[in-house]
Amino acid sequence: MKRGLQILALTSLLGTTGIWAGTGFNRGWTKTSEPVKTLDAVTGIEGITYRQKFLPGVDFLGAGAALAIGLAGTSLFFRKPSNTQ
Amino acid sequence: MILFRQLLLTGLLAGLTYGAQAAPQTFDFKDPKGVNNAVFQLDAPLESINGSANGISGTVSFDPENPAAVSGKIIVTTASLTVPNPMQNTHLHGPNWLDAEKFPEISFEAKSLANVKTTDNVTTGDLTGTFTLKGVAKDLTVPVKFTYLKDKLGARVPKLNGDLLVIRANFAINREDFNIQPGQYEDKVSTTINLSLAIAGASPKP
Repeated sequence: MKRGLQILALTSLLGTTGIWAGTGFNRGWTKTSEPVKTLDAVTGIEGITYRQKFLPGVDFLGAGAALAIGLAGTSLFFRKPSNTQ
Repeated sequence: MILFRQLLLTGLLAGLTYGAQAAPQTFDFKDPKGVNNAVFQLDAPLESINGSANGISGTVSFDPENPAAVSGKIIVTTASLTVPNPMQNTHLHGPNWLDAEKFPEISFEAKSLANVKTTDNVTTGDLTGTFTLKGVAKDLTVPVKFTYLKDKLGARVPKLNGDLLVIRANFAINREDFNIQPGQYEDKVSTTINLSLAIAGASPKP
C-alpha cells in the first residue's frame, strides 16, 4: 500500500508536469479556449473567434503537486511491510 | 429655348445627384459576418488579462463630404465579453465585476468630432462622446479613424449593393471611474483597461 501510494504520487507529479510542459509551459491560468484570428479581406479587420482547447496553467500544475504531496503524505501512515522468514 | 431647358434640367439633375451623394448615410454595425470586435487588455503587476467582445450593434450617421458631422451610437453586449479562462469569464460577467445581468450593454454615443483630417477615403479625428459602462456614463474623447469604402458592401456580402464604413479606435479607461471594484485587486486586475475597437458598418443601397 505504502509503495503504491508513493508510485501514484510520483506519477501524479510527473504526469501533470509533463502535460503542462507538453502543452507549452503556460504560466497563466488554465484556459479552455483559445482565440483564433481571421482577416476580413475587404475591411482589413481581424475577427476573433474562440475554439475549444484545453491549455493547462499553473493552477493545473499546482493541483498535480498538491495531489502528489497528499498521496506521499498519506503513504507515511502505512508501515513498510516487514520481511518475516 | 429647348437647349436652355435641357441645360436647366441637366443642371437640376446634377445638383440633385450631388445632393444625394453628400447627404449623411446611416451605417448599421450589426455585422452578419461576425468579424466586428472590441479587444480589451489589462496588464496588472501579477496578472495579464486579454479578451474580446463580438456582440456589437448600433448605427452611425456619416457623411463622407462632411465627416465632422458624424453621430451615432455603438453598443457592445456585456455578455459577449470573453476571456479564455472559464472561471475568469464567470467572474467577469458576475455581479462583483461587470454585472452583465443588470447592465447588459456597454455603449459609446458620439457627440462631436474635432481635429478632422481627411486623406482620400480615410478620416481621422478626436471623437467626443458618452461612454457608458456598468451604468456609469462618462464623457470621453478618443482618437478615431474612419475608412469609407464606397461600393464595397457587395464584395463583403454578396447580392447587396452599398458602402462600408470601418471605424478603428484605441483608447484606455480606468475601471474605478465606472465603479468596477474600485481600490480592489489592483495587483491582479489592472485599473487601466486598454480598449481597441475595429468595426465595419454597412449602408445598403437599392
